[in-house]
Amino acid sequence: MNEVMDVPALPAILTATLLIGGAAVTLIGSFGLLCFRGFYQRVHAPTLGTTLGTIFITTASMIYFSALGTRPVLHELLVIVFVTTTTPITLMVLVRAALFRDGAGSERGLRGEK
Amino acid sequence: MSTILAWSITMAQILLGLAMACATFRMIWGPRAQDRVVGFDSLYVNAMLLLLTFGIRSGSTLYFESALIVALLGFVSTVALAKFLLRGEVIE
Repeated sequence: MNEVMDVPALPAILTATLLIGGAAVTLIGSFGLLCFRGFYQRVHAPTLGTTLGTIFITTASMIYFSALGTRPVLHELLVIVFVTTTTPITLMVLVRAALFRDGAGSERGLRGEK
Repeated sequence: MSTILAWSITMAQILLGLAMACATFRMIWGPRAQDRVVGFDSLYVNAMLLLLTFGIRSGSTLYFESALIVALLGFVSTVALAKFLLRGEVIE
């Protein structure tokens, strides 16, 4: 493990808080993915990580690299924009596929039973 | 301040690793194919966030570019898998 470079106090504390918050939110989302029963409940859980977790961690990265250099670094906005626009598309296509496989309209399929 | 930052980065990496483990379990155990695809989707997003924390630790912007590529290719592969589940083939 290499050493973390030194930054001023306020950006360091902000970065640390945002990192732990984002990682915790992502863990909660993935834990929900593991614990919910039925596909249509499960598909909601990881969006916690793809929205709030991504925004927190990329903001932490932006603050840290802006403090490390002397100018604002905004590349990470690309990740935020990309992930928040592609996640709904992915889940919409996936849920449509699942509905098709369950035979849309049948009650048993929507409850997640086989 | 550097110790607080290093400690919090380690903590965030442990939490993200646990999140990746949850997604991997769902990908292995998932009773049906769409559960496995959702697990895979969550797995690559968590891996991308983990790459960002590695970038903060090492102070290089190289990790950021690989995270961007992971996000891009992951989106394409998940849509291809969903398309395969829907139609039985990816390119019609």
